[in-house]
Amino acid sequence: MNLNQIMTDLSYFIPEMMLTVILLLVIVFDLFQKADSSIRSGYLALGGLVLVTFALIGQDVSISVGIFSNMLAVDPFGNFLKILVSVGTILVMWMSFNSNELKNRRVGEYYVLLLTLVLGMYFLVSATHLLSIYISLEMVSIMSYLLSGYLKEQNRSNEASIKYVVFGAFSSGILLYGFSLLYGLTGSADIYEIQAALSAGTASPALMMLILIMVLVGFGYKIAAVPFHFWTPDVYEGAPAPITAFLSVAPKAAGFAIIIRFFNVALSSAGNPNMEAWSALSNMNWQAVIGVLAVLSMTAGNVIALQQSNIKRMLAYSSIAHAGYMLLGVVVADQTGIAAVLYYAAVYMLMNLGAFFIAIHIKNAFNTEEIEDYQGLGYKAPVLGVMMAIFMFSLTGLPPTGGFVAKFYIFRALIENGDMYFWLAMIGLINGVISLYYYMRVVKAMYFGKMELVKTIHNAPINVTVLLSVLALPLLFAWMLGDPLSIFAQNAVQFFVK
Amino acid sequence: MENHLLSIVTFLPVFGAVIIALIPKEKLDIIRWGSAAITGIQLILAIWILYIFDFSSAEVQLQEHFAWIPAFNIEYFMGVDGLSAPMILLTALLSFLAIFTSWNIDKAQKGYFALFLLLDAGMMGVFSSLDFFLFYIFWEVMLLPMYFLIGIWGGPQREYAAIKFFLYTLFGSVLLLLGMLALYFISEPHTFNMLILAEHSAQFGQAYLLGMNAGKVIFMLLFVGFAIKVPIFPFHTWLPLAHVEAPTAISVILAGVLLKMGTYGFLRISFPVLKDATLWFALPLAILGLINVIYGAMAALAQRDLKKMVAYSSVSHMGFVLLGMAALTPAGMNGAVFQMFNHGTISAMLFMLVGVLYDRAHHRDIEGFGGIAKVVPIYAGVTALAFFAGLGLPGFSGFISEALCFIGAFPVFTWITIFATLGIVLNAGYFLWAYQRIFMGELNSKYEKLEEINHRELFALIPLAIITFFLGVYPTPMLNLMSSTLNHLVEAVKTAGMVAGL
Repeated sequence: MNLNQIMTDLSYFIPEMMLTVILLLVIVFDLFQKADSSIRSGYLALGGLVLVTFALIGQDVSISVGIFSNMLAVDPFGNFLKILVSVGTILVMWMSFNSNELKNRRVGEYYVLLLTLVLGMYFLVSATHLLSIYISLEMVSIMSYLLSGYLKEQNRSNEASIKYVVFGAFSSGILLYGFSLLYGLTGSADIYEIQAALSAGTASPALMMLILIMVLVGFGYKIAAVPFHFWTPDVYEGAPAPITAFLSVAPKAAGFAIIIRFFNVALSSAGNPNMEAWSALSNMNWQAVIGVLAVLSMTAGNVIALQQSNIKRMLAYSSIAHAGYMLLGVVVADQTGIAAVLYYAAVYMLMNLGAFFIAIHIKNAFNTEEIEDYQGLGYKAPVLGVMMAIFMFSLTGLPPTGGFVAKFYIFRALIENGDMYFWLAMIGLINGVISLYYYMRVVKAMYFGKMELVKTIHNAPINVTVLLSVLALPLLFAWMLGDPLSIFAQNAVQFFVK
Repeated sequence: MENHLLSIVTFLPVFGAVIIALIPKEKLDIIRWGSAAITGIQLILAIWILYIFDFSSAEVQLQEHFAWIPAFNIEYFMGVDGLSAPMILLTALLSFLAIFTSWNIDKAQKGYFALFLLLDAGMMGVFSSLDFFLFYIFWEVMLLPMYFLIGIWGGPQREYAAIKFFLYTLFGSVLLLLGMLALYFISEPHTFNMLILAEHSAQFGQAYLLGMNAGKVIFMLLFVGFAIKVPIFPFHTWLPLAHVEAPTAISVILAGVLLKMGTYGFLRISFPVLKDATLWFALPLAILGLINVIYGAMAALAQRDLKKMVAYSSVSHMGFVLLGMAALTPAGMNGAVFQMFNHGTISAMLFMLVGVLYDRAHHRDIEGFGGIAKVVPIYAGVTALAFFAGLGLPGFSGFISEALCFIGAFPVFTWITIFATLGIVLNAGYFLWAYQRIFMGELNSKYEKLEEINHRELFALIPLAIITFFLGVYPTPMLNLMSSTLNHLVEAVKTAGMVAGL
């Protein structure tokens, strides 16, 4: 590789370089801030990330390329997800400014860690080499451990962090072992070359199954799919609330990105020339295995969520269930299926961040996370109540919200592909009915309780109302007006093909 | 203007709900009269639709058509024919009258009327849309306000009733969604347009789904979705609870309009689109109709709670509708849709009357009254009229429609029809027995000073009584309205059956 090649590759790498510079700038800037003014570093980080997001939106990805000897790919798929996680992180930073948990402490490094995590996710969603996959996955994970333990003096937060580390180290160890088997089998760590080597179909199915399971342990833990979900409730409950919200959307979306890229590129027969549909290798039926994971995640997530009384734990289990719905789209392994997953990830980000944000604000204002204590909240805090109801309806998947449209696209992709997937669609839809019960418990507590107790009306601060509207209005109206997001998602289903 | 009449009728209440939401909550009178004005204008527009409607044509009229989500060939497609026209009129009429029944709502009135108007819009949308996707959106959107209306303003067990109603109907809805998507993907080219789906109905009988005949599988999926709304035994258990716990006006809407959506769904989608499967399922549907008639009536006989009795009487009356439409004869079909309309007006009266009594006595125990006809003669008179209409006395509209159902079903399902006529006797039994226990005999001394029915309550009841009586004596206008469309439907299903050799 000569210098010219590196310079060319770097020209595709501008947003990442910008982010790195901003990250370093924030570190230096923070050195000159006193503890009580360290929030300024946060503002700088937010401003920088907004700039990077615009750079990403402006980036020309019409021609997909592999850069740095095919370590990373720059393609519409990666670009969509980079923008998605950046927007998610911007919203989470906004939420963090309003969080009581983070008041009165130095927060400079909090924002630095978040930015580093974003950089890790940029790599993860574009990684096309076993090494770059592993390194970026670790980069995302380590930052997540640190951030979930950010409330150093709280036992819950420490517990969250240590549990996360133990589970994470274990899973990534197994992932690495799977990768080493794959390398041993194919003699390459580049996923395109792996595909070429595997497509002969000569490897023994048992070995292939072993590899599949090991890889799934590593990826499944990142997206919190059953049975790799055990860390989720404790981490979500213990971590600072904005970080919980963040973990449930951004790294999860990045995890889905790598699952889609890895399985559809490395472990599929080449498919047709236009890459409209893929099918699993003949000696490794990963579609069936992921189908099983999807059913387990939806069902277990929903059934356990029924029994939760803490809103954060409830949302933790609900996020497991949503990972299951998204996996359904992965199973289909064609363009409609993957576009549906991308769409779902974006909609889920809006609605889940909204729900978490209200939970945070309620914790600030009324000091409770118990759903039972939400009694009469719909009358006490009208804006929060209405918004929370919208997010709950959307999470359930009821029209006219975006949550319904996202589910509709997933089930549409399933039913289009014939009988095999019809049952999956049915299980998924019935799971939606189960989830109605626990989401409605929140609505019920807010509205069906005794409204006579309400003495004073709590008005949400203006920036809270604005952020909630930013999340809720697209959910309600965007899909009715031409659905720009779905067009964006459909255009994003183009991987770099070597 | 004319071309957008259906959209205006549907979205006017949404506009109204937004206006209501902007009025300060202390201005109660403005909120109430505003809601009454909105639904009043809607009623006038609905009557105007009937006025410009061409009775002789089986075509869908007042069509509104434009591409909505072109990627999936989803259209914004509205239209009205002889099947939906009576339902649109019924919805507008009952929404308007139910506003007056809601006058006494004592908490969070602003939220109540805003949600009520949204519910109204959802119902109108269901009856006006001809694109399955659009239909489904309205069908679902209606659930949300209903959930709140039962859960916030209902009786003591309202929370349980609301979630049970929601879970049941959502379960039905997801099966409906599955069936809808299956129809979409089997139809070539893919479409949600109900009229095109109906034209291509032969495709569904030939395709396979899950290794079985696609038409039959989809019919069963849609069947469960619609059966829960009707409700058909054994999917009816949400109904007594929801009806009893809901506030009076919402019970009126539930019984008067929501139940009709189930049978409307059969006639709008299942029958025309899945003609082969309809013929295949006609006999089971008739048997289920019979079970509804007998079971509903027996259950009503056993009730001590007056509202529960009326709720079960709905189950029984909807059985006649099922029997009439399963027969697939012109008389049966016209009888079924006429019965849908008549049950809408009659059960609305019954629930309003129960509400009037409950507002004064604060209980609904049939055994807890006695002899109150002496104290409240006008109320007793109106109730007698409603009860007679309910039991199908000649001279009232219910008699005509039930008779038509029987006439239509008799040649096809002779024995089932004979057993179903027993339902009429049972209906008479519980209505008369309840009337006797409440109004006749010794006056219960607790109710010596029972307040007479007031003008506002009478205002809501009298139009319904007049319609019931008028259509009982002279049903021709209503039958003319629906017969072209329905006869056409019966013929289409029959012809498809002959082609398929059934």
